[in-house]
Amino acid sequence: MKKKLADFTKVKNTNTVLINELSHFYGSGENRKRVLDGVNINIEEGELVLLKGPSGCGKTTLLTLIGALRTCQSGSLKVLNNELNGASRKTRQKLRRSIGMIFQGHNLLRCLTAEQNVQMGADLIKGLTYLQRREIARKWLCEVGLDGHSRKFPSDLSGGQKQRVAIARSLSANPKLLLADEPTSALDSVTGREIVSLLKKLAKDQNCSVLMVTHDPRISDMADRILNMEDGKIFNALNKII
Amino acid sequence: MNFFKFRKIPLAWLLLSRQPLRLLVAIAGISFAGILMFMQLGFRDGLFDASVTVHKLLDADLVLISPRSKSSISMSGFPRRRLIQTLAQKDVETIAPVNLNYLLWRNPENLKTRSILALGFNPEDSLLIENDFSQKAKVLKNPGRVLFDSLSRPEFGPIEEWFLNGRVVETEVAGKRVKVEGLVKLGPSFGADGNLITSRETYLRLFPGNPKGSIEIGLVRLKSGANPLIVSEILNKSLPNDVRVLTKKEFIDFEKNYWRNSTAIGFIFTLGAFMGFVVGCVVVYQILYSDVTDHLPEYATLLAMGYRLKSLFFVVAREGFLLAFFGYLPAYFSGQVLYALVRNSTRLPIEMDANKSILIFVLILFMCMSSAGIAMRKLVDADPAEIF
Repeated sequence: MKKKLADFTKVKNTNTVLINELSHFYGSGENRKRVLDGVNINIEEGELVLLKGPSGCGKTTLLTLIGALRTCQSGSLKVLNNELNGASRKTRQKLRRSIGMIFQGHNLLRCLTAEQNVQMGADLIKGLTYLQRREIARKWLCEVGLDGHSRKFPSDLSGGQKQRVAIARSLSANPKLLLADEPTSALDSVTGREIVSLLKKLAKDQNCSVLMVTHDPRISDMADRILNMEDGKIFNALNKII
Repeated sequence: MNFFKFRKIPLAWLLLSRQPLRLLVAIAGISFAGILMFMQLGFRDGLFDASVTVHKLLDADLVLISPRSKSSISMSGFPRRRLIQTLAQKDVETIAPVNLNYLLWRNPENLKTRSILALGFNPEDSLLIENDFSQKAKVLKNPGRVLFDSLSRPEFGPIEEWFLNGRVVETEVAGKRVKVEGLVKLGPSFGADGNLITSRETYLRLFPGNPKGSIEIGLVRLKSGANPLIVSEILNKSLPNDVRVLTKKEFIDFEKNYWRNSTAIGFIFTLGAFMGFVVGCVVVYQILYSDVTDHLPEYATLLAMGYRLKSLFFVVAREGFLLAFFGYLPAYFSGQVLYALVRNSTRLPIEMDANKSILIFVLILFMCMSSAGIAMRKLVDADPAEIF
């Protein structure tokens, strides 16, 4: 284990995510269940990686660990050159500002307009005035094709439009890593492909890596790489454990 | 420019105003609590102030009373010569002996009797701080003449109306005929529903049992520049212990303290205000708690985006502040209206003063912020890992 960790430090800095022998457990005693079992992944800058696998295989747990939403229990997890194993709550909170997240249920703030929702992301950028942050929000809404919907509330938007707002919000804070949890699950196939291609384009433009959890086979061809997960282990396309 | 630099999306307001009906209910609840506190504290202060309406109007720097006196409703007499002795003090300018007691007034309209506070004094002396009072007092030199307090309760009869219409107003006080020769404005108090002022001579005629050399109050006016506290201390030391010298403020506090400490009035109204505070706390807590619970996934999303928990605490705190502000305004204006209503119907000096306004705002603010503080505990449950 020590040897592996030592090797890990020599990896070049272009990796946005670098995971080595990451394991995670839920529960304790007899009820202790291993959810992640020695996972090793690296995601490079600007790469779009799809993570597939059956329900309960640990995809979401892995996503939340990379997103610095959970504490790391065992192994090494480096995100944007920050080691998260043993990282403080404050470190994780700060790191989250550099990670964009797109949720399955959009999770837009119902009381805010599309523009304000996006601006909540831009508000995390330090040193900008209110007007500058608003400009950023408008720019991103334009980028996702919603410039005419800026004053609409989430309840007035379709599923695809909400997802576009969520993408705009996640990108408005200039993230270096984007984590998306089944962003196309509630969308029809055409809209789903549109959303992923938009995500891919915008992420590439920003040199932002994307890790997307999905069951959707219609978008597999758009990924740079596909990782399969089963029983807490990661397999590559040839079904070999990584 | 700075405004735009530090301006942010008013998230607290948007969260609150998203459900206008709930916001209105919250504001109504807080306002109700505020009105309750305004009324209870207003009644308390009004009643205490009412107990000293006459005291405040007395033209004196120092007041002599008997040590056995408890309040204006149980005044004991002391020798008038004690008041005269104060003239030996170089700072004393003038003195005015005053008799004070409750007598029965007959309503000249329905002939029913009611207790009225009668003040007897020498019309040559200055009794009240009122510009034209000495002019009015001249008529009291004739025996059987009185000045009636036009702010007295209506149960004493339509004296003001009759007098202003030029009608001769005569009635009985303590079974003796008196004539109203003028009106003054004093106001009813705890102990007295009405007041009348007369000469000492008429007073002794109305109340023959009163020893001639005994008075209930001695008014002392000092030369300009004299310190009432120092002079009262000197007089208290030099005079025998059958008399007590108070400054005017001490005399007012003496009366207020009686009602505050010897009766349950202060406790009852303070408890009433406290109940209003508790009701408000419960209302605000319920509103803020359900607001936080409803928006928990949204708060969790913000945490996942990188917002600090502290920032979200501030959002809830701002919600508390906004509720306090918007709840206070209707409470304040309703309080004004209700105070006017109470003033007109009871003639109690119930006023919306700055102290009370600020105190209630601070209480409402404390109520909202403490409720927000408790509701914040729910924010800790917002687990960003659970939103995936």
